[in-house]
Amino acid sequence: MLGSIYAMLGVALTLSIGILRFLNFSIPALFMIGGMVTWALVHAGVPWPVAALAALAAGALVALIVEAFTWRWMRTAGPFIPLVSSMAFLILFEHLAVANFGSDLQTLPPLFGRGVDWRVGHLVVSIPQLAGLAISVAMVAALSLTLARTQMGRGLRTIAEDSDTALLLGVEVGRLVPLVFVISGVFAALAGVLFALNYRQVDPFMGEALGLKGISAMVVGGMGNVWGAIAGGIIIGLVEVLSIGFFGADFVDISVYGLLLFILIVRPTGLFGGAEMGVRA
Amino acid sequence: MSGYTEGVLVLLAINVVFAYGAFLPVAAGQLNLGVAGFAAIGAYVSAYLCTNTATPVLLAIPIGGIAAGILALAVAVPVLRTRGIYLALATFALGELVRATILNLEFVGGAAGYPVAAYIGLPVVAGFAASVVVMVGLLFSTRFGIAITAVHDDEAVADLMGLNVRAFQIVAFVLGSAIAGIGGGLYAFHFSYIEAQYFNISLSISIVLYVLFGGTQSVAGPLFGAAIFTLLPELLRASAQWRYVVFAAVVIVVMVLRPQGLVTAVLVRRLSALVQDFGRGRSERPA
Repeated sequence: MLGSIYAMLGVALTLSIGILRFLNFSIPALFMIGGMVTWALVHAGVPWPVAALAALAAGALVALIVEAFTWRWMRTAGPFIPLVSSMAFLILFEHLAVANFGSDLQTLPPLFGRGVDWRVGHLVVSIPQLAGLAISVAMVAALSLTLARTQMGRGLRTIAEDSDTALLLGVEVGRLVPLVFVISGVFAALAGVLFALNYRQVDPFMGEALGLKGISAMVVGGMGNVWGAIAGGIIIGLVEVLSIGFFGADFVDISVYGLLLFILIVRPTGLFGGAEMGVRA
Repeated sequence: MSGYTEGVLVLLAINVVFAYGAFLPVAAGQLNLGVAGFAAIGAYVSAYLCTNTATPVLLAIPIGGIAAGILALAVAVPVLRTRGIYLALATFALGELVRATILNLEFVGGAAGYPVAAYIGLPVVAGFAASVVVMVGLLFSTRFGIAITAVHDDEAVADLMGLNVRAFQIVAFVLGSAIAGIGGGLYAFHFSYIEAQYFNISLSISIVLYVLFGGTQSVAGPLFGAAIFTLLPELLRASAQWRYVVFAAVVIVVMVLRPQGLVTAVLVRRLSALVQDFGRGRSERPA
């Protein structure tokens, strides 16, 4: 199940790197914001669907703020400046959350009754988890179709090839780029919402613990490849489960980051990546 | 000197060493997101040697640095075949891998942390920091410095000029990692206790932020960046949580207003011209 969370984060990261060539370290923070906002609103008595939607909106809004301080200044600056600013955003949002909510693990009340588990023989399938998975797959499919078929998707793919040429060809780069941030922000926040609803616990540093695994999902699947990020997320999830099964919970990070390093050394384009970067639907 | 002042100065010296560790690869156009991992290698290797083989501290720290450098070499050679963001990603993975591995190594304490038998005070730490600054400064006044700058500014042109771009990037990265390892050793012996969780991605990110905030065009940049970010939070001690918020907000604003960092090559040139003018003005003044 964690695999689908990683997959969503991987999609958010891969969009940013595939289209803008920008490794957006604020994505883990947006994931945390998605989770924390859901918790804070549910805690305040707001019904969870409203809280979830508000969290998505918060993710989109914060993504726009990040855009205003990173990508817009990329042209005049060195290649690391947006990356560095997005890392500063990660620290900023984490500690804003600590200042507002404290650094403790916060728990959500159980939102769904007992009858929601679906038993198939020995397997227990949680309906909310299944629904979350279905929503993720549907959203990725929609994204993938948008990139492949629509005018907007064509514009985005042009920017991915070369943003200067795209500008010359009349693609409204200044309008589409914030959109990329919003889409990836919503994906990251959705991952946070799904995590909060399913695991019922959030904390200000959940972005570092889980969000950074999204980077592994993205690289394993091939940077810039949306479906690759999904596959990467599932692979990372499986590697975690297997390493817990075989070696114990302490070895999870060793396996995941070991795999990431191994892939980067042996096949840096990822398992499903082609020779060049770009968004393949 | 009060214990508090000494504590701040030690932290400053160690941060300066870390900052130069991150600065060298950035100066060659590569980003090291695993500085904390190399620092951890330096810290644990030197602490282990000192505790178990009675190696003198002053020898153990450089050995820790060398160990970090060897690890950097092992990663950089295969990864730098590719371009762009891959080294940053690989160092990120390596940093987390080192942290997770040390957490599971029982002979250095695992998650419980590792007590270090020896202690070094401020003078030794400051001495190491000063020699790192002087060494990097000297290095950048040689042909190596010019070559690194060329590689940073334009890889293709540097290549055409006959520079071995990859070799320079690898050397800068390995040297930087060794320096980070030395910083880790200093940390270990001053605080006499290390734990893997300290060397996490947040530390790596903070160090990179020092360097880019200070500016990467001149050797003085990391010194200023580390100094400002060590001393500024001490002045803002009002609230521990808000320190980081202010720290991050300052970085974001400065990156927008002054993306080259605080200390730029132009600024250095202007300052040195100013100093020269001042000197000339005085000597030309009639007696």
